[in-house]
Amino acid sequence: MYRSHALVCGGTGCTSSGSVQILETLKSELEKHGLTEEVAVVQTGCHGLCALGPIVVIYPDATFYSQVKPEDVPEIVSEHLLKGRVVQRLVYQETEADGKVKALADTDFYRKQHRIALRNCGVINPEVIEEYIGTGGYEALGKVLTEMTPDDVIQTILDSGLRGRGGGGFPTGLKWKLAKGNVADQKYVCCNADEGDPGAFMDRSVLEGDPHAVLEAMAIAGYAIGASQGFIYVRAEYPIAVERLKIAIQQAREMELLGNNIFGTDFSFDIDLRLGAGAFVCGEETALMTSIEGNRGEPRPRPPFPAQKGLFGKPTILNNVETYANIPQIILHGAEWFASMGTERSKGTKVFALGGKIHNTGLVEIPMGTTLREVIEEIGGGIPNGKKFKAAQTGGPSGGCIPASHFDIPIDYDNLIEIGSMMGSGGLIVLDEDNCMVDIAKFFLEFTVEESCGKCTPCRVGTRRMMELLEKITKGQATMEDIDKLEDLCYYIKSNSLCGLGQTAPNPVLSTLRYFRDEYEAHIQDKRCPAGVCKALLSYHIDGEKCKGCSLCAKNCPTQAIFGEIRKPYKIVQDKCIKCGACMEKCKFGAIYKK
Amino acid sequence: MKTLEELKAIREKMQSQVAMRAEDQTQTRVVVGMATCGIASGARAVLTKLADLVQEKGLTDKITVTQTGCIGLCQYEPIVEVLEPGKTKVTYVKMNAEKAEEVMERHLVGGHVVEKYTLASVDLK
Repeated sequence: MYRSHALVCGGTGCTSSGSVQILETLKSELEKHGLTEEVAVVQTGCHGLCALGPIVVIYPDATFYSQVKPEDVPEIVSEHLLKGRVVQRLVYQETEADGKVKALADTDFYRKQHRIALRNCGVINPEVIEEYIGTGGYEALGKVLTEMTPDDVIQTILDSGLRGRGGGGFPTGLKWKLAKGNVADQKYVCCNADEGDPGAFMDRSVLEGDPHAVLEAMAIAGYAIGASQGFIYVRAEYPIAVERLKIAIQQAREMELLGNNIFGTDFSFDIDLRLGAGAFVCGEETALMTSIEGNRGEPRPRPPFPAQKGLFGKPTILNNVETYANIPQIILHGAEWFASMGTERSKGTKVFALGGKIHNTGLVEIPMGTTLREVIEEIGGGIPNGKKFKAAQTGGPSGGCIPASHFDIPIDYDNLIEIGSMMGSGGLIVLDEDNCMVDIAKFFLEFTVEESCGKCTPCRVGTRRMMELLEKITKGQATMEDIDKLEDLCYYIKSNSLCGLGQTAPNPVLSTLRYFRDEYEAHIQDKRCPAGVCKALLSYHIDGEKCKGCSLCAKNCPTQAIFGEIRKPYKIVQDKCIKCGACMEKCKFGAIYKK
Repeated sequence: MKTLEELKAIREKMQSQVAMRAEDQTQTRVVVGMATCGIASGARAVLTKLADLVQEKGLTDKITVTQTGCIGLCQYEPIVEVLEPGKTKVTYVKMNAEKAEEVMERHLVGGHVVEKYTLASVDLK
């Protein structure tokens, strides 16, 4: 038996900052001190505080070490695990107050969070099925199969108010009900793990940290709609998630939690993996199913909806990873429990991937209805370098921007749509005063232009034309009529595209036009980029008053665009300047400015 | 897995392990002095004994066993402190595995402080 557990984060963030070496050093150090029988080493999924990785947590005292390096490990072992003395210098600073260690749950980052989908992430070893069972895993499946009818299950999900976490927000219970109502010899349960929004990694973390929760939920869904086969469509770009899913499926089969006659009942269910090649359009439900069938991933018109004719022409349900991760908990704790959280029409919690200009980059799960201010200022720790908040981008390339004027809006599906953004899968990118909103719109549109599958003309050609107009604006060559043209094109693409990708592609442009039209106008009328981002509209200058003539800028200029005499003010030749900003970065006197 | 009982058996076996990772302020804390002085006088055997007993008895949700550094009374090591929420701290001195077992039974399970091993019973000079 172990007296202590040392948890090492094995999520993608921490793995890339070196947690594997930490795990190995930890094991060898424990061996050196003869502690292998006393201290268990557990590789877990994501803890959420990716900005401070690699993370090591020591239980039972729950000491949270952040930014651990392999060379710190011997000290942790000899001091903490052997002698019980916490290595203060490595402790996550937020957990320290007045020299005392406070509970992790009391820190700003975790206090307002409520972890349902992420409840096992960072707690259990995702590669050991027994650990999942130890936290109540597969009990929901047992309950469903022995105590509930398929209709009971669907009613519970309907009553819980759970809505799809992948973006659309369609009621999950209703989706299941429709699929159950269709009679067929074979039905399918699919899991959409093709998370493609730039900056979003919620589903990835759930798969990496708690894969069995998804398997269990899919089996429950199978029972509810009468399907015996499930498919998880996961992108091959998520190697850790794929590996852990493979292990999880194998273990579940060995324990006969997948396979024939589960729990001795008539219900049989199995799950297979299908790896996607990373096309964004394959996150769209009909394209995803076409891809599973072995064809080129392109959407098809609906109706018929997947619940009628889906995968291989059979009734199919498709839910997102995070949606599934909520299901076992709803079954175990009841619909009322889940419905007690959130707002009137959005129940439960939502996971967000915080990114951009924010201190605590990482993964957070908050009850629906939490305000943007709480997420950014309290949980996220605010914006670094004392910069001013400009907007938050949600929903990735399908979403829009929330300006500072809506900082106190409670986040839920309907509120976000009302203000011209959307929940999306949960990417939340924070923008500060240094971000140009036209440039942001261009960034997301560039992505959709690349990822448009090309099947329908509005999306294939329309987004490209929009891109050209945006380029014109950022180069200062556009006229005011171009804004109207751009707007018309947005509405045309929205109403004429075949699938969600095209229908939502203009959103980043529309929402920035709605809230930051002045920035567009500044680019066109004043030939000026207010945030100083768009290179074509910028020029660098040297303030003759401040310049000491040290020549550092001239030495660092890659194009020799700066000249002058030592101890006298230097000058920039605009024709030669490529606007790289190297001079501004190097100047010790703040003499270089851009306008 | 053919029955719910099988699942329950695995859960019970694993629960004491996984429950250690729950943070709970209402738990009783049992702290063993594990500085050089403590280790030299045999604190490690006491620590492992207590940790094992808590898990064997399935008390991980109520009791956590941790170590601490030197508290300055080196000649009385191994020292074990029991901190129950809302009660005064009880300090046991000169512990060994057998005494630890007795403290476990009578104090942590039974609720009666084992006076004869406490610091209060030792005549401090």
